[in-house]
Amino acid sequence: MAEFLQLVFSGLTVGVVYALVAMGFTLVYNASDVINFAQGDFVMIGGMGTVFLASAGIALPLAALIAVLAAVVVGLLLHRLAIEPARRATPVTLIMITIGASIFIKGVALIAFDKQFHSLPAFSGSDPIAVAGATILPQSLWVASGALALFAGLSLFLKKTLLGKALLATAANRLAARLVGINVAAILALAFGVSAAIGAVAGILVTPITLTRYDVGTLFALKGFAAAMVGGMGHPFGAIAGGLAIGLLEAFGAGYVSSTYKDAVAFLAILLVLFVMPRGLFGGRSVERV
Amino acid sequence: MLTVDTLSTAYDRIEVLHSVSLHVRKGEIVALVGSNGAGKTTLLRTLSGVQPALSGRILFEGQEIHRLPAHVRVARGISHSPEGRQVFGPLTVEDNLWLGAFRRQGGASRARLDAVYSTFPVLAEKRHAAAMSLSGGQQQMLAIGRALMADPKLLILDEPSLGLAPLLVDQILDVVVDLKRKGITVLLVEQNASAALAIADRGYVLETGRIVLEGSGKVLLLDPKVRAAYLGT
Repeated sequence: MAEFLQLVFSGLTVGVVYALVAMGFTLVYNASDVINFAQGDFVMIGGMGTVFLASAGIALPLAALIAVLAAVVVGLLLHRLAIEPARRATPVTLIMITIGASIFIKGVALIAFDKQFHSLPAFSGSDPIAVAGATILPQSLWVASGALALFAGLSLFLKKTLLGKALLATAANRLAARLVGINVAAILALAFGVSAAIGAVAGILVTPITLTRYDVGTLFALKGFAAAMVGGMGHPFGAIAGGLAIGLLEAFGAGYVSSTYKDAVAFLAILLVLFVMPRGLFGGRSVERV
Repeated sequence: MLTVDTLSTAYDRIEVLHSVSLHVRKGEIVALVGSNGAGKTTLLRTLSGVQPALSGRILFEGQEIHRLPAHVRVARGISHSPEGRQVFGPLTVEDNLWLGAFRRQGGASRARLDAVYSTFPVLAEKRHAAAMSLSGGQQQMLAIGRALMADPKLLILDEPSLGLAPLLVDQILDVVVDLKRKGITVLLVEQNASAALAIADRGYVLETGRIVLEGSGKVLLLDPKVRAAYLGT
């Protein structure tokens, strides 16, 4: 039982991060039909940026803030330089562009940073907290509460502000959005910027637990993508549920089967979901057009 | 107010509009009639900027607008209620209306919201319902109300009565006449040609991307070619 609980804790911790990455996918997909495979690299920029700024002597909170802003700038540049000039291309072409951008970002990160794994000190110590025979890291609580704050903030933004509603309107009907005077390109840029910020925050929160390196974005992107697909691409609650589900499955796979195949679990989950319910757990829009 | 000068538009290199010229004067209702596929919707989309023009010019209040993006044209005072309603389905009725005022935020938009609600009381009743839960007629009212929230000088209405019951058609056309009284200029596309020409000051007949006839609403209503082609008599 204690082992089970332990796996649940570690599964939920990484699951929350996958959920945040999946939220980024969802946001950009809804606003533009693009699946942005550079989403995971925002996680890397958040983590690596904070590590290197902090090692340069900048206080951790300030380093984290600068790293998030850097990720937002990268997100906006990605939209402006790679997505916007190709806005008439098919979704598949745009997806390939984001894969190319992801490789490019990793290359730049390899030169700008280094090839080593890095970590950050846990925000409030690393003495495990005992819960019913299992233990939970204080940093896991930071990850969970940070994610909750992001979900709440994003949902307030979308439901309560005119700009947020304009983003939802663009997702619902792009022609009508243009006809009421919404600058659709600006909304897309906003979606890229916000999803970059979410990814970077996730990266900063999780780096004390999972370590970071210039290329960790690939696995975060693939698992966040799996989470978004399992939940139903384009569905915000699906993204959260899918992320937690992938995190838990991965932890159980590693704990009860073999940690060697930990990463395969996410992809088995995608295959299973695509065979059994192709629209994901939460239904949502058809994914055929992608 | 609006002058369209030898405008051509193409979809994927296939020209749909051939050198169309027309004008709309301030305070007029101008009807554009023609059969399906004549290019009416394409013309309206080119005017509001969601479809690029191939050649020719569009002048609005004396200024060239054909190179401006759609959102700038909305800010200039052109508002377009599209064919097929195109409401923001998952959003509430009231959010749909507020988004109509996206380029017109400020104190006056509250007054316009009240005006839309008094024109279409059913929208006030359903203000918190998702737009996609409305009936076809209610969605049409919402699409017109949303276009009015932009405080337009020129209102473009594409098939406002499509698929509606006759009683609702009359109600919508009454609203259009009422808008004219309030000083809004209207460019109206209608499959119900006789109803549209009856309320229009002037009309144009579009056939396969060309203007083939123009005249006052009454003259076009009595024109034998128009009667044969569009009025079924």
